[in-house]
Amino acid sequence: MSLPPQTGTAFVEFAGVEKVYDGGAPAVAGLDLEIAEGEFVTLLGPSGSGKTTTLMMLAGFEAPSAGDIRLQGRSLAGKPPHRRNMGVVFQNYALFPHMNVERNVAFPLGVRGIRGAQAKAKVEEALALVDLDGLGARRPDQLSGGQRQRVALARALVFEPDIVLMDEPLGALDRQLRERLQVEIKRIQRRLGLTILYVTHDQAEALTLSDRIAVFAGGRLQQVGSPKAIYEHPRNAFVAGFVGENNGLRGIVTRRNGSSCEIRIAGDLVLQATPVGPLAPGDAVTATIRPEHVRLGPDLAAPCNLFSARVDDVAYHGDHSRVRALLPGGAAVTLRSEERIELGASEPLTIGWCAEACLAFADGAEPRP
Amino acid sequence: MPGSPTERAGAARRDWWPFALVAPLILFLAAGFLIPVLMMLSRGVTDHELASAWPETAQALRGWDGAGLPDETVVPILAAEIVGARKAGHLNLVANRLNYDRVGSRSLVYRTADALEGGAPARSFADLARIDPRWSEAGQWASMRQAAGPLTSFYLLASLDRRLSPQGAVERVEAEQAVFVDILLRTFKISAVVALLCALLGYPVAYLLATLPPRLANPLLILVLLPFWTSALVRTTAWVVLLQSEGVLNGFLIGAGLIEAPLPLIYNRLGVYIAMTHVLLPFLVLPLYGVMKGISPVEMRAASSLGAGPVAAFLKIYLPQTLPGLAAGMIIVFTLALGYYITPALVGGGADQMVSGSIAFYTNQTLNWGMAAALSLLLLLPLGLMLFAGRYLARTVPA
Ligand SMILES: Nc1ncnc2c1ncn2[C@@H]1O[C@H](COP(=O)(O)OP(=O)(O)OP(=O)(O)O)[C@@H](O)[C@H]1O
Ligand SMILES: [Mg+2]
Repeated sequence: MSLPPQTGTAFVEFAGVEKVYDGGAPAVAGLDLEIAEGEFVTLLGPSGSGKTTTLMMLAGFEAPSAGDIRLQGRSLAGKPPHRRNMGVVFQNYALFPHMNVERNVAFPLGVRGIRGAQAKAKVEEALALVDLDGLGARRPDQLSGGQRQRVALARALVFEPDIVLMDEPLGALDRQLRERLQVEIKRIQRRLGLTILYVTHDQAEALTLSDRIAVFAGGRLQQVGSPKAIYEHPRNAFVAGFVGENNGLRGIVTRRNGSSCEIRIAGDLVLQATPVGPLAPGDAVTATIRPEHVRLGPDLAAPCNLFSARVDDVAYHGDHSRVRALLPGGAAVTLRSEERIELGASEPLTIGWCAEACLAFADGAEPRP
Repeated sequence: MPGSPTERAGAARRDWWPFALVAPLILFLAAGFLIPVLMMLSRGVTDHELASAWPETAQALRGWDGAGLPDETVVPILAAEIVGARKAGHLNLVANRLNYDRVGSRSLVYRTADALEGGAPARSFADLARIDPRWSEAGQWASMRQAAGPLTSFYLLASLDRRLSPQGAVERVEAEQAVFVDILLRTFKISAVVALLCALLGYPVAYLLATLPPRLANPLLILVLLPFWTSALVRTTAWVVLLQSEGVLNGFLIGAGLIEAPLPLIYNRLGVYIAMTHVLLPFLVLPLYGVMKGISPVEMRAASSLGAGPVAAFLKIYLPQTLPGLAAGMIIVFTLALGYYITPALVGGGADQMVSGSIAFYTNQTLNWGMAAALSLLLLLPLGLMLFAGRYLARTVPA
């Protein structure tokens, strides 16, 4: 369900890009991806899926083994990193320890011949943008992690790059700081109309920040689309499982009729699901259902699937509770409820969900993680 | 909460016990190194030969203002102590000491002792002058007063080709005796050139070691360390084999028809530079390599992404961060080079000997430990300055 870029022509374009590190399996293969100007695109995927490699190829630190990367229609092949005019924010900030904040931020200006009052004004502006006014004289080792991150951001923005690349820029920070900086990055991106290619393995971060998300696994692009499309209409079981939480129930298709199908799972239970892709009776499938779509209790509105189950575990999360229920066949289903759950272990309960929320994917098509 | 008195006492004990662990080392260093070194060095600024052999004469001379001749009462005291010292077998010590300053004082002392034992009277300067006319020279008495101790500037001044005139003013020694200033300056120059050569040769090596993948860097590191595992003597003689007129290099160049006569590569300053640079190179490479290893390669990538070409990134990001390591390495090489004397002795000419050679000469050959100590003190002074400069550098440029 990938949406075309909103503004028409591609600003950055990966065409059939592949990267093989000396003789190993490809780190990235068959990558086609377009990024529009002003767009915030996130590469999301598990560790080792090729996100950093993709970013480093765009920045010019790695050369593609095959395919081409274009910026505004012109191939970047052979262009060294220092002439690509791209701001890169590295995961561990990569600030220059022997320079104070001001000189760090002024560095890209200096190498471009911008000095003196003009440079000073730009540095001040960039530091103000990331809320660091007044800290210009500090050295990087006198800053907190969040402040260093802001300096790295200011340094990558101050020279008005064509595109900003960020490789897990918030990975080393605690959750609260991460969320605050996410808001700020988004605010700055909107205000300056930046084009950002962002890398993360945190699906929540990807969902909050991005205009579009590109999900990677095993070096291959699994799906590109808006956060909503990725979350609600995953194209395969990997995307369904990686973006947001999902219960996976393995079974066999017994009947297929139009936009729904019937699946038999362990314990001879039969459930209704929405097939994704071509499925025929006899196919081995995984049916996925998100915890928030599983309802509790016998008095459900109009569920297509209703099962009696037993409580395995109840976990209290403050604003919600999570219940792990065991179906008669032994399969576990986790559900999320906003109400207080007063159930003990092994107590019986009834759970159910609608066929529309339950997606079925053919097994074996999953990427190697 | 560490609050209770016993807990706090426990914490205090824990603060102390690491020191208890190194106490044997500290004692060993103090007894085996610090105290002997200080005792040795103190000989450069103290004078005790005259005072120990002729205590009362020394006492009398110290009370004299140094102008003209001392009070005549010193004459019988001196005469008695000359005879006493010869009987006790101490006379040669004081005779040698006086001879350092005024050549001929040794024979003067012995001739006087002989005469006094022969029954010559010694109650006035005139009596002494009859034994030897030099006893009426004011310079002889001034020299003895300077040797009376307990502190003396004699050795330090001599190390700088200076001495005190009989009037107490600092003056140059005669040109043919003035050798130490030259040797000291030469020592500093050779050490500085060697440190510079090591820096020029060692920087690229350290860079290569720090940036190559470990698969290639580790064998290279062994090559750099190899000289450590052979003695300096063996390495130096290897250079003799390579560089001498009939040596490998000249043989090759002549054989290839590139030169007619052998190049003078050894037994001159060039040979000293080559051999010392080789011997000391690892001491520059290793600290520099350590510092370079600490610079994250991502910083260079960051510089590049920010628009700096390879040269600008190196000059602005890499080089400044390696300066403390470079300074440390150069200081180590410089200070070690200051103390070299086997290598210059083996591959240098007569005009390439360094001050350690003189120190060894005074320590082992003439037993003039006062001079050896004074020369050592002069070597220590710039060393202290270098270490101070190094600390200062390390503070201004964060690693
Ligand atoms: N320099 C390299 N040499 C050889 N293999 C490499 C190199 N860099 C990455 N790889 C391999 O390429 C694959 C993709 O790595 P990449 O760094 O792009 O993953 P990633 O998605 O960024 O993972 P993470 O979330 O852990 O950072 C991995 O299997 C990795 O081992
Ligand atoms: Mg990565």
